[in-house]
Amino acid sequence: MAKGVWIVAEQRDGAFRKISFELASTARKLADQLSDEVCAIVLGSGIKGIAGELGKYGVDKVFVADNPALEPYTTDAYAAAVAKIAKENDPAILLLGASVQGKDLSSRLVGKLATGMATDCTDVKIADGKLLAIRPMYAGKCFGEVVVSGSPQMASLRPNVFSIVENAKAGAVVDFDPGLDPAQLKTKVIEVQKDASGKVDLTEANIIVSGGRGMKGPEGYGILEELAAVLGATVGASRAAVDAGWRPQSDQVGQTGKVVSPNLYIACGISGAIQHLAGMSSSKYIAAINKDSEAPIFTKADYGVVDDLFKVVPELTKECKKLLA
Amino acid sequence: MNIVVCVKQVPDTEAQIKVKPDGSGIDEAGIKWVMNPYDEYGVEEALRLKEKLGGDVTIVSVGPARAMETIRTALAMGADKGIHIDDPALNDADAYTTATALAAAIKSIPHDIIFCGQRAIDDDSGQVGSVLAELLGIPQVTIVTKLEVEGSNIKATKPIEGAQLLIGSSLPCVVTAQKGLNEPRYASLPGIMKAKKKPVDIKNAAALGMTADVKAKVAKFVPPPARPPGKIVCGDDPAAKAAELAKLLREEAKVI
Ligand SMILES: Cc1cc2nc3c(=O)[nH]c(=O)nc-3n(C[C@H](O)[C@H](O)[C@H](O)COP(=O)(O)OP(=O)(O)OC[C@H]3O[C@@H](n4cnc5c(N)ncnc54)[C@H](O)[C@@H]3O)c2cc1C
Ligand SMILES: Nc1ncnc2c1ncn2[C@@H]1O[C@H](COP(=O)(O)O)[C@@H](O)[C@H]1O
Repeated sequence: MAKGVWIVAEQRDGAFRKISFELASTARKLADQLSDEVCAIVLGSGIKGIAGELGKYGVDKVFVADNPALEPYTTDAYAAAVAKIAKENDPAILLLGASVQGKDLSSRLVGKLATGMATDCTDVKIADGKLLAIRPMYAGKCFGEVVVSGSPQMASLRPNVFSIVENAKAGAVVDFDPGLDPAQLKTKVIEVQKDASGKVDLTEANIIVSGGRGMKGPEGYGILEELAAVLGATVGASRAAVDAGWRPQSDQVGQTGKVVSPNLYIACGISGAIQHLAGMSSSKYIAAINKDSEAPIFTKADYGVVDDLFKVVPELTKECKKLLA
Repeated sequence: MNIVVCVKQVPDTEAQIKVKPDGSGIDEAGIKWVMNPYDEYGVEEALRLKEKLGGDVTIVSVGPARAMETIRTALAMGADKGIHIDDPALNDADAYTTATALAAAIKSIPHDIIFCGQRAIDDDSGQVGSVLAELLGIPQVTIVTKLEVEGSNIKATKPIEGAQLLIGSSLPCVVTAQKGLNEPRYASLPGIMKAKKKPVDIKNAAALGMTADVKAKVAKFVPPPARPPGKIVCGDDPAAKAAELAKLLREEAKVI
């Protein structure tokens, strides 16, 4: 019988990413309802030392494959390793993060384990002893409640949505052999180019300050960067701004960009086209600054300011600085 | 170069999505159907590779009768032929079943590189390309913004959180396309005329030797939670309004 709530934790450069603790905490909650245990899989090279940390967030057992072939991440090596341990242990539920790496790995595992998965979930629960996963579809224009009949029942969790809860368990570290066959490793990372700005990705940001065509040009974003610096936020953009070449592709929020759920989304000079709203309306709070009181963004905003953003944003930055001092 | 592109027909991004009262699906009345935007990048990249290296571009789509329009759109852009997998048993297919159907069709034709979109903007699942690669036993590079083919290898650029990776893979390989890969062309009028005569094979699940085996099912569709009506900060002075907004975010919403 399939057993246990399993997670694939994610580490980069020898440190767990936040999503790993979100996964562990969520898995603990599900496992408690099933009176079952939480197991984690940790892959990488020279990472055995960090594995036990997961115990703090409710993990009973941590399966570690510490192997040079697992650094850096490649789909082939990671999918082979996870599939091997999953086949040996037959987990009931397997959770991954819907990060870039988690999406790549989890979808390959769906093929390897011949099962089903709910992607980018914003809620998961147990109903009738099975996993029920809730996820935005059509970029959040509607939600689906997904039942996975395949085994393991897989879900990937949207980063930054699930809370991290400390709940100390054994976190016993067990080594496993990933059984990698070099002949099967067909992809390799040739080069890693780190983004020098060190900014938090939009999909993981707590606060997003986003600008649209109303910013008038690339220089306009200076005032958003200043506000973002005070709030510890990441700057995003509408497609109009990206297509105009004012902001990089990776900044685009919306149905054909990034779908985001920060705690706070501040939309500046963004009208709120349906494709934009689709990508950000699951934010916890939305504030909008737009000089047009009829702009559709105000239908989604919790707080709205109707005025010239070039006058409001610098003042907002000043006020926030004061409040946060 | 034998190039295959998987394309899905999806509701236009402008579409308002209404859930059927019984939650069994979405109300398709009045929806305009289009090619999944990420698949357009796949078709465009395939055509550019063909123009550079020669070869042929096959479009494969799983979908009801209307999906033929999307195949024709890709043919009008310049693809050579199509395979339309149309079977009522596949209408509610999940990623695994869809990929099984695509794999069955693609196994029977030569394939050096297969393009998918990084995700379909209806189910937003982002799984099919990878499952397909696994079922074909070939590597994948997902969410690609730049691609170079060098002999029987590729180099692909993939943005991740806070970095860009350059990934090398052998061919055959599945590549999933992200915005930024290229600017898709529009179908020309002569292209549209020519597309009508290009061959499209129509197959059902039995012809592919497969049965639908759905492993993940949307048991219920629900509308997004309604957002409570917002507050518009009143006044004439931008500075006073900014101060009020900061205060609301700090004291009421408690998000800063
Ligand atoms: C297939 C497809 C996919 C798409 N995907 C996306 C997507 O993923 N994301 C996305 O964002 N869009 C997407 N779009 C585009 C979308 O339809 C809109 O065109 C776009 O979102 C508009 O961007 P915007 O709000 O910045 O510009 P506009 O709609 O031009 O709005 C600019 C706003 O700025 C305000 N403004 C101007 N000056 C000032 C000022 N000084 N102070 C205050 N306010 C000011 C104006 O009142 C206006 O409301 C897509 C479109 C298509 C066809
Ligand atoms: N029904 C389908 N027919 C053809 N290709 C599909 C189909 N569904 C998904 N795909 C391909 O897989 C990609 C990802 O889809 P998804 O996993 O559904 O988000 C799409 O962009 C298509 O390239």
